Amino acid sequence: MTYIAKPRISHPSLPKNELGLTTRDYEGAVSTLCAGCGHDSVTAALIQAVFELDIEPHMLAKMSGIGCSSKTPAYFVSQAHGFNSVHGRMPSVTTGANAANRDMTYIGVSGDGDSLSIGVGQFVHAIRRNLNMCYLIENNGVYGLTKGQFSASADIGSKPKKGLPNQQEPIDPASAALALGATYIARSFSGDKEQLVPLIKGAIMHSGFSLVDVISPCVTFNDHEGSTKSYAHTREFYHHVANIDYVHPSEEIKASYAEGESMPIHLRGGDTIVLRKIDREYDPTSRADAFKYLRDRFNAGEITTGLLYTNENREEMHELMHNTDTPLSQLPYEGLHPGSDELKKLQSRYR
Amino acid sequence: MAAVNDVVIKIATVNGTGSASANGLLRKAIFRMGVPVVGKNYFPSNIQGLPTWYEIRVTGADYRCRSDRVDVMVAMNAQTYAKDLADVEPGGCLIYDSTWPRSTLLNREDITIIGIPLSKMCNEHFEGARARILMKNIAYVGVIAALLDVDLDLIKSLLEETFATKQHLIASNMEAIHLGFDYASKSFPCPLPAHVEKMDATKGHIVIDGNTAAGLGCLYAGATVGAWYPITPSTSLMDAFRTFCARYRVDPETGKRTYCIIQAEDELAAIGMVLGASWNGARSFTPTSGPGISLMSELIGFAYYAEIPAVLYNVQRTGPSTGMPTRTQQCDLLSCAYASHGDTKHVLLFPADPAECFYMSPQAFDLAERLQTPVMVLTDLDIGMNDWMVPELEWDESYIPDRGKVYGAEDLEKMENFYRYLDVDGDGIPYRTLPGVHPKGAYFTRGSGHTKLGAYTENSADYKEVVDRLLVKWETARTMVPEAEIRYSKFNKAAILTLGSCDGACKEALDRLKAHNVGLNYCRVKAFPFTEAVREFIDQHEVVYVVEQNRDAQLRMLLVNDIDADQKKLVPLLHYDGMPINAGFVVDGVLEEIAKGRAA
Repeated sequence: MTYIAKPRISHPSLPKNELGLTTRDYEGAVSTLCAGCGHDSVTAALIQAVFELDIEPHMLAKMSGIGCSSKTPAYFVSQAHGFNSVHGRMPSVTTGANAANRDMTYIGVSGDGDSLSIGVGQFVHAIRRNLNMCYLIENNGVYGLTKGQFSASADIGSKPKKGLPNQQEPIDPASAALALGATYIARSFSGDKEQLVPLIKGAIMHSGFSLVDVISPCVTFNDHEGSTKSYAHTREFYHHVANIDYVHPSEEIKASYAEGESMPIHLRGGDTIVLRKIDREYDPTSRADAFKYLRDRFNAGEITTGLLYTNENREEMHELMHNTDTPLSQLPYEGLHPGSDELKKLQSRYR
Repeated sequence: MAAVNDVVIKIATVNGTGSASANGLLRKAIFRMGVPVVGKNYFPSNIQGLPTWYEIRVTGADYRCRSDRVDVMVAMNAQTYAKDLADVEPGGCLIYDSTWPRSTLLNREDITIIGIPLSKMCNEHFEGARARILMKNIAYVGVIAALLDVDLDLIKSLLEETFATKQHLIASNMEAIHLGFDYASKSFPCPLPAHVEKMDATKGHIVIDGNTAAGLGCLYAGATVGAWYPITPSTSLMDAFRTFCARYRVDPETGKRTYCIIQAEDELAAIGMVLGASWNGARSFTPTSGPGISLMSELIGFAYYAEIPAVLYNVQRTGPSTGMPTRTQQCDLLSCAYASHGDTKHVLLFPADPAECFYMSPQAFDLAERLQTPVMVLTDLDIGMNDWMVPELEWDESYIPDRGKVYGAEDLEKMENFYRYLDVDGDGIPYRTLPGVHPKGAYFTRGSGHTKLGAYTENSADYKEVVDRLLVKWETARTMVPEAEIRYSKFNKAAILTLGSCDGACKEALDRLKAHNVGLNYCRVKAFPFTEAVREFIDQHEVVYVVEQNRDAQLRMLLVNDIDADQKKLVPLLHYDGMPINAGFVVDGVLEEIAKGRAA
């Protein structure tokens, strides 16, 4: 974890967002991850996304568990509160935080170990509650901090640096999330910022649980020949299926979209994204089709990326529970207890 | 020996047959006659078909614990008949359903055996299997009403309250009451010499269980987020909170709620949710029991080190492992006091009855937020699920929640920089900020080594500075927790020291020991860490009987550990069979020690 402060110098010509902030204002401490780590590119994409969305830094909560990925909240938006919890428990902590204050933006950064092994239960149940958060998995197929053991996302036949290839069925977070009813599912690659930034923006603005599974190669333990999560392998087998553009509320949707290729999707929160289909046949609003497509492409050895599925009709946790619009943490105490007279009255049933 | 207003009734039934409402009816009727009652439920870890007992101790002397005898047994369960028969005190009586013959082998000459054809009468009077079973329960209440002279008008008015919207049920239930009452009155000399007579000793009191009172306490404390995983015997705490919230926390116009109850996927998630919500400024809690604490331990340690408030209720049940989930113990003192790896210790509160469950709830939230640490309220199945007579609960309208040291937007605006873990006031408690309030308040919450500025560290001195400051905070906690209840007369060399639900048994034992010319002082600790007064109390005695409900003398260990109490003085009296402790156990234990030469 980092303890090096970054000098805060910004060039006057840097573009500013609606809050008058530059990307420098959304940076964090200097990363202590290995040089070339995919996670640092994801961090950069995150910074770009929250900058472009004009999110007030202090209205953002950065949540994580344990692992290389979970260190990264220290490396972006230092004026946002961070919560680096324990291994695999980021989803529950985020659930509670969100329950207390629904007005904030929640970004959880996790890894394949944190989410698919030790924390798979909490990952599953955050989806089930349709918790309003952006959940990023920086997926590299290995445990980095403990020096290269396979994770649950390692593909069959993928070779480790030393020892025998993996023989166990991998857990694909995107397919799992689809089966569980997640309402926004995207996959991308840390080396494809152009695709990744809009996907993260859509994920943040989506009301409900959004998963962004990012293939983010581990340069130290899983970037060799024979690995299916290396830069080289990902670049070779990686396919865009349906990309999106986030439409800033101040913009109009200008372009006309040819039927079957592009279409606007109105998010529950009021924002709009435009879906650009690469594969004309793909329908990311059909859960069944998406599932079949993902499995077929996976079996063909391809890494399918883009917006894989979205459902804007389902209510998120607070809506499902009929919670008051005011964040629970901000309710004045006076309204929370019925007072001494009522206490007297309600006890008649205990006599 | 039973006497007027000193009678113990035990009702043996099969669980799942609806006997609970009949038993409650009887208990309430006696309470309304102005006579103090104790209601204990001994139930199986099962939904239907296994033996269950309800015990009503009629105690004109107003004792609060389980009795150690049975005067009137209602033996409705053939499975346990032999044992139930054996349990009756000589001179007592047993009521059974004489619809079916009883084995002649099962007889006793020293008690009165009363056969009543309950099933036969109910089958003749009521239609449908379910109604017949339910009415049979009501009919035995009628029998006891006749034998013990319980006021039928009070029973009727209770039925009228219960079935206010179902008038026809009042008549049918009263019919069942009369079936039992009339048969008993005609066939046996009623009432028995040891019966119930009206008193005026329950005015200003209620009968309530601890889980309901704690749920109510959470409502009044202003808790808004409750996260939990169902576990016996804590489940009814969240059920109660939910019921109260549905009544008082839903906007009548919009239907919007000012509370959020989340049924978690497990206890690991439940405590995670509590920490997330507390970190974000909501009063948040989780009820659980021993196994839940085991699962929550990692995040409890996180909360201790990252200094996040949290309120936990541990309604203790019999361990180890799954143990006996429907039996009581105080067996999690150590696992709660030191929950989690590394050097951790936690503030514990020990309510003795449902009233304290209520009053200690806002206290627990205040302490958790003031001290920025987990606070665990340790009750047990006996307090949580049994029916206790306590003074009517009162609410102090001047109460203002203590949210602790929190910098708001205005404070932060004026500050150059905010650092999370500085001991500004010298009491070991730093200032915190809430997310979403001000950019200057942002900090990084972590369970990894951190400096007083909140930064990550692997530096020995910086690490030590923070964990040593946590010890300063621990000493501050010692001055803030509720004071022990101490009954002290300086002429006694010996004393009883106890906690929680042992209170009633110990106080009754003190009375009984006087008859043996044994006078003991008394100390009931209400919290961990122990206060200075507890240390002084132990110092001033030669012998301190430490009464608790676990095998390993956990309270005694905590006393030795926390305040360096002289362990030679601390004589353990340990009750751990899963049943609630009674006065007889304490009296016998003390007298045995005295017989061995221990100071009295």
